[in-house]
Amino acid sequence: MKQPQTSRRSFLALAALTPFAVAATTACGTSGPGASSGGGGASMWYLSGEPNQTTMQKAVDAFNSANSSDKISVTYFQNDAYKTKIKTALGANQAPTIIYGWGGGGLKTYAEANQVEDLTGWFEQNPDLKKKFFPSVFGAATVNGKIYALPNQYVAPIVLFYNKELFQKAGVQPPNTWDDVMSLVKTFNNMGVAPFSLGGQSRWTSMMWLEYLLDRIGGPDVFKAIFEGKPNAWSDPAVIETGTKIQELVSADGFIKGFSSITADSQADQALLFSGKAAMMLHGSWTYGAMKKAGQNFVQSGKLGFVPFPTVADGKGDPKNGVGNPAAYMSISSKASDKEKESAKKFFKDGILTDTVINAYINSGSVPIVNGIEDKLDKSEDKEFLNFVYNMAKNAPSFQQSWDQALSPTAAEALLNNIDQLFLKSITPQQFAENMNGTLGK
Amino acid sequence: MSNAVSTAPRAAARVSDSKQTDQRKAALAWLTVPALFFFLVFAVIPLAGVLILSFTSWDGIGAIGAAGLDNWFSVLADPGLYNALGLTFLIMIVSWLVQTPISLLLGVFTAGSQRYRAALAVLYFLPLLLSSAAVAIAFKALLDPNFGLATGLGLPFLAQDWLGVPQLALGLVIFVIAWQFVPFHTLIYQGGVRQIPKSLYEAAQIDGAGTIKQFFHITLPQLKYTIITSSTLMVVGSLTYFDLIFVLTGGGPGNSTRILALDMYLRGFRANLMGPASVIAVILVIIGLALALFLQRLGGKDKQGSQLEGL
Repeated sequence: MKQPQTSRRSFLALAALTPFAVAATTACGTSGPGASSGGGGASMWYLSGEPNQTTMQKAVDAFNSANSSDKISVTYFQNDAYKTKIKTALGANQAPTIIYGWGGGGLKTYAEANQVEDLTGWFEQNPDLKKKFFPSVFGAATVNGKIYALPNQYVAPIVLFYNKELFQKAGVQPPNTWDDVMSLVKTFNNMGVAPFSLGGQSRWTSMMWLEYLLDRIGGPDVFKAIFEGKPNAWSDPAVIETGTKIQELVSADGFIKGFSSITADSQADQALLFSGKAAMMLHGSWTYGAMKKAGQNFVQSGKLGFVPFPTVADGKGDPKNGVGNPAAYMSISSKASDKEKESAKKFFKDGILTDTVINAYINSGSVPIVNGIEDKLDKSEDKEFLNFVYNMAKNAPSFQQSWDQALSPTAAEALLNNIDQLFLKSITPQQFAENMNGTLGK
Repeated sequence: MSNAVSTAPRAAARVSDSKQTDQRKAALAWLTVPALFFFLVFAVIPLAGVLILSFTSWDGIGAIGAAGLDNWFSVLADPGLYNALGLTFLIMIVSWLVQTPISLLLGVFTAGSQRYRAALAVLYFLPLLLSSAAVAIAFKALLDPNFGLATGLGLPFLAQDWLGVPQLALGLVIFVIAWQFVPFHTLIYQGGVRQIPKSLYEAAQIDGAGTIKQFFHITLPQLKYTIITSSTLMVVGSLTYFDLIFVLTGGGPGNSTRILALDMYLRGFRANLMGPASVIAVILVIIGLALALFLQRLGGKDKQGSQLEGL
């Protein structure tokens, strides 16, 4: 799964390759490691897209005017393009001082290649900073017991959104159980409304369904075994049942017709929900802000409903368990000069999660990952949703990081490819498990 | 005697001639240095690099480790490779079959000097101005099953799951490739047709040949080398149809449009498997060279022969 509130236009990966090449050479010529002789200051790469880009730019500007000798120079990239770009830059020792990321398997690759700085000691020297964050967010920043990244931004669980207007018209309630889901599928199909919107071409969108279903059926331990690379971990009966249930849902026309032609980049999946063409949508909490902006008063007039993912009969998972992105992460390049590292650490400490930034996140409908924000959330006009997300993040016995971020890039790519085929019904759940077993430990 | 006298200076002249040619050849050889330099830096060295990488295991970030023949064995045993190979050749062949007749006919048509043809030609060449990424983005938006062209024009039959059904997606990819590249090949054929001497057609008209006969007996044979050139570009080019498919389908749904070039990219840059990706790169180079060589041979041994003798 990818990062909140950035329009992930995969096409721009390509459209922007050339400018990136230019940006890379110029950026690294002026502010890349090794090139910035003497003085302080650090370079940072961050994702483009609103509202986060403006929030970050304001934070950087405020920090720079207060710390003229530790100026941060930031360059923005499109999400998908960035993922390829940062890998190439790290491989070529041309990475910026501050590396934006998603923690998990990707961070593990960087840490094991000694590309990112170990921040464990620094956090020990700054206990106040460490205490500022939800404790759970350090999980995805930790590799082999050491912290390699600063958590930041906001928590983004996956939420089941629904269109209240359509539910009223049909005289039904949002689903509590998987059986409810299957009966709602019938109800809405008879009404001529698609039950679920899905941007299936993006693949990680389909993955969110598997993440929740597997948790509800088998509990968090099933994926834990997969994450740890235990032999044949994908062949767990819970995985097979998850795959079977998904294919039943596909066969029952649970997802909108043509879902595999729809990309999340275009936000057409969200448009289907707020334009009344689909009744429900399983998506990241960041779509709340996006729908508020694009949905022509759909959110403001209270038509957007949200509930936790339904339970499955005889399932082992706690219904309070969540999945999603625990936070965003920032690391420091180990190839940067000492002065650059110092500037970056100063920015981490004083510049990133300031009160202004925290308020900006809350105003855009997100829950920042810092303690003591309850009052602020309560005062927000989106307090209902913000508290829902906050309680989910805070009370979840298990909050599973998105699989494609938790696993290594090699396993993640194979996973997304096989999920696509599972939803197309071109492979059976058993074949899915077998194919994925081959990627364990890779 | 007069003969002998006159031969001597001639022979001397010939010797000095050949000396001059040698010198000129040497000078000309120096002129190739810049081109050779670029060829070396941008083709030969990367090629060698890829060949070496194909025997290593590397995630693109960490240390490069030797892997022997592991990558080759694992890639050659992977059914994904044969799926990608099959799709690549399928797209290559169907693209050729679709594009060649259309480009040829359009080329002949636009070669005429009538003004309305020139106006139409400008329209035909428009797709040539657009980048592959832009073309793919535009088609993706137009084909969106819920918000695309079908809804806009009120034509329900257009509301297919174009990019979601394997066969449709493959057909669509071939169509968009044709849409984008037919103008280019039309241009090549247009140039070829304009080079055919008018006198051939005049002679044929006197002999009583109609338009269709003229096309098959003059235009087509005269375009032999143009067809070979265009086909080479099409066939070898189809090995590198990457950008358009990457943006349009990303290889999906499933693996139904994951051609070799895309497979290479996804393995290398998405899955961080540079070794296996390099193996595929080497395979691509071999196929590309083999095809180019084959098409050159197809030109026949009488390549130097001209159909324009006596004109």
